[in-house]
Amino acid sequence: MKFGVIVFPGSNCDHDAYHVISKHVGQPVDFIWHKATDLSGYDAVIVPGGFSYGDYLRCGALAKFSPVMQSVKEFAAQGKYVFGICNGFQILCEAGLLPGALIRNKNLHFICKHVNLKVENANTPFTSEVENGKVLSIPIAHAEGNYVCDDETFHQLEENGQIVFRYCDENGEVTDEANPNGARSNIAGICNLNRNVLGMMPHPERACESLLGSNDGRAIFRSLTKKIAETVEA
Amino acid sequence: MTNEPKITPEIVAQHGFTPEEYEKVLEIMGREPSMTELGIFSVMWSEHCSYKSSRVHLGRLPTTGERVIVPPGENAGVVDIGDDWCVAFKVESHNHPSFIEPFQGAATGVGGILRDVFTMGARPVAAMNSLRFGPLNDEKNGRRNTSILKGCVDGIAHYGNCFGVPTVGGEVVFDESYSLNPLVNAFALGIVRKDQIFFGKAEGIGNPVLYVGAKTGRDGIHGATMASAEFDEEALEKRPTVQVGDPFLEKLLLEACLEAMRSGAIAGIQDMGAAGLTSSSVEMASRAGTGLELDLTLVPQRETGMTAYEMMLSESQERMLIVAKSGREKQVVDIFKKWDLDAVVIGKVVEGHHLRVYHNGVLEAEIPVDTVTDAAPKYNRPMDGSKFKIQNSKFKIEDQKPKTKDQTEALKMLLASPNICSKRWVYQQYDTMVRTNTAILPGADAAVIRVKETRRAISMCLDGNGKFAAINPRMGAKLIVAESARNNVCVGAKPIAVTNCLNFASPEKPEVMRAFSEVIDGISEACRAFETPIISGNVSFYNETDGKGILPTPTIGMVGLIEDTRKIITQGFKKEGDIIAILGETKDDLAASEYAQTILGLTTDELIENGIVPEIDLDLEVKVQTACLKLADNLLINSAHDASDGGLAVAVAEQCFSSLNNQANGAEIELSNSDLAAESLLFGETPSRIIVTFSAENLEKIKEVVGDCPFEIIGKVSAENLSFKINGEEKISASVSELETAWKTSLEKQLER
Repeated sequence: MKFGVIVFPGSNCDHDAYHVISKHVGQPVDFIWHKATDLSGYDAVIVPGGFSYGDYLRCGALAKFSPVMQSVKEFAAQGKYVFGICNGFQILCEAGLLPGALIRNKNLHFICKHVNLKVENANTPFTSEVENGKVLSIPIAHAEGNYVCDDETFHQLEENGQIVFRYCDENGEVTDEANPNGARSNIAGICNLNRNVLGMMPHPERACESLLGSNDGRAIFRSLTKKIAETVEA
Repeated sequence: MTNEPKITPEIVAQHGFTPEEYEKVLEIMGREPSMTELGIFSVMWSEHCSYKSSRVHLGRLPTTGERVIVPPGENAGVVDIGDDWCVAFKVESHNHPSFIEPFQGAATGVGGILRDVFTMGARPVAAMNSLRFGPLNDEKNGRRNTSILKGCVDGIAHYGNCFGVPTVGGEVVFDESYSLNPLVNAFALGIVRKDQIFFGKAEGIGNPVLYVGAKTGRDGIHGATMASAEFDEEALEKRPTVQVGDPFLEKLLLEACLEAMRSGAIAGIQDMGAAGLTSSSVEMASRAGTGLELDLTLVPQRETGMTAYEMMLSESQERMLIVAKSGREKQVVDIFKKWDLDAVVIGKVVEGHHLRVYHNGVLEAEIPVDTVTDAAPKYNRPMDGSKFKIQNSKFKIEDQKPKTKDQTEALKMLLASPNICSKRWVYQQYDTMVRTNTAILPGADAAVIRVKETRRAISMCLDGNGKFAAINPRMGAKLIVAESARNNVCVGAKPIAVTNCLNFASPEKPEVMRAFSEVIDGISEACRAFETPIISGNVSFYNETDGKGILPTPTIGMVGLIEDTRKIITQGFKKEGDIIAILGETKDDLAASEYAQTILGLTTDELIENGIVPEIDLDLEVKVQTACLKLADNLLINSAHDASDGGLAVAVAEQCFSSLNNQANGAEIELSNSDLAAESLLFGETPSRIIVTFSAENLEKIKEVVGDCPFEIIGKVSAENLSFKINGEEKISASVSELETAWKTSLEKQLER
């Protein structure tokens, strides 16, 4: 099993993802420079958070032109796992690997704080180790996390179980007060139809140690690792 | 030399020279300088770069200690934290630019301090900032103060978040004297292996000099000179002297520099901060005792037709000067190319001690480097302390007219007051967690980041107090250093070193200079007591607008060390039934308190008139801190918090409030004292006090550890209410959730209206 963490100019959560995979998930992991095109040998790639290309033009809009992204598309088409976190989610939306877009937070500010997430679909490779409805405490840190999509896309997301995480209160209630950024229907993370590509605004890699305030992010990495192990064995 | 304007007395004056200083230039040069040379002398001899008014005093600061690896004089100081790892840190002011253009001023303040840290080879892992503004509800300047605050916070968030450094702490303080004179002091800390520290030295004759990073434009020309003058109505016309920051470029520059350093191809490196190419080249040559030859024709430029004068004085951001090892320049260039950055050889290190600057084949400047550094003017400016009030006892609580006599109401008002209320609105806009090291988030006594490579953690805080320093500069300075140390101790850390930023009005005013000198002595005495040497810092004079100066405001950035992350202490009460005790003693210290301002309605000028600050006994302070550290080290306490602004009642209330993974608690406090008024007991700001909580079963062991340090049990942690009884009589009774809401929402109510 091998993970890759893509490094764009301006990625700044690349080291954090690397740290979690190597220290807490305990699997081999490489940094992948954005100009690389060969992803053979990897089972999953993480598109990390940060400010790829300084968020110039639009978050993720320039990163989608990096050479590695064409390979990521092919990688995803082969059914391998692609995990976009924060800026990585924005990039996957820009690149067309996930539907919808992320616009400016409703209050127009950057927001960094711990939020609660409700697991809406435990039947994905990224959430198989948790139960439906489970509440996870995971921090957000973004200025553009307000998820939008057209009605048709939204209904498809709902029908196909592609909404994986929603912002909720500590009791798991999905309320307006618990929505930090104005995202449609409190959406915090979605997957593609095949469920091998996940994008989420919150940072699970920041919630893998009690020293940092939460362990809840581990469940996501644990799910993915288990799934890969099964696939590799099969 | 090229055809340049003739140097007239007007031009000399525009460059900020006194007639005597210009005479000295003529004497050094033995001829009339060229415009480029005049510009170089002008920025290097500005107050900002030369410290000409402060140098005679700065030498009194203690700068040595067992852990000190790099003392002041480099881009940042470095201290040993054990296991072959070191931390590099520094605080620097960006007050003037932040007034003229708050967003870019504050942003480039952050950018500059980050470069100072990674120039040393250290990867920045934490940032903090100390911010001071005029009151937001001020009739005349309230709206302006509000927009300055919003601009500064936005600028800091913009730069730090994108760069990828967590902003983990700091302070936001309001006082009338900072109306139109905001203070922005930016701090950064980086981690570096002991054997991988880099220096700003132009070593090795024949080594190539490389220019790397952003291209040079006409922005920021004379920024250092601008920062060395007071302001008036026309200040905003100086907006073009403020630089524009690009945090994305800085992030690339960081990665490229660290990669180039690891390659072993670099001999010396220095950031181009204030006075840009001039100060970086001059300082690198001066430190190494070498000469430099630069050809400006080769400098990457983003504007056309720039003169040598403009290029030498530009303060375009995100640039570095690198001295590579001879023959390895291509390796350096290739690394920067990978990160899409310019890297160009623009000169070489030469014998002798002259800086020679060529442009289009013409020698535009030739200056002996030590004459612009070591031989810079140095003034022992006149001092006058006659305006300071002597401590007297004119202040009596019985003579005052409090806005309320209900102490519960007073506590609520204090918790919602601008200087005490939660600064959540500010720090939630900062990425406080990137790099996954932040063990204590903003809002605590000190922030804590763990060091992944070791079992250790680093604590840090920024503290200032203009009010105390204005009333009694020496005592005020001691109080600030003591509070900084105490804040570190409250999270379980042993204070190890200090950086300082000294913000003052015009040094040409004798009373300002006297206060400056007193503050230096106060800091020195306290730093010796805590064995925390000063390893870096900065002085900012001329913080005046329309002739009105700021309060003397030393900012202390203190860093502490926690040997084991399991021994970190947080301030919130943990368990109902825990015993609450206080280390230290409460005295009559209400006169200069937040209570005096918020409830008694005294202005800062009236506090200065009263002339009373708390007296600090450094021996007692050390005793209290040592006791608290021992308790933390033996895992005997569940929480610790320093009682300072707002006194004991505010401190206990803050400990009741909820935090991440910790629900709100209540507390029942019983005090007995026949000598002090209730107001002094509840809200007085006696220093050297730490509130701790612990399980009853630890009491005997705790008494043993505490020894002869004053220690008193004052109550216990309860469920939902906070109550204070004095000599059996109830003085405060409030629901904690009500208090917490008042404290939490006060600032955002003012800012989001």
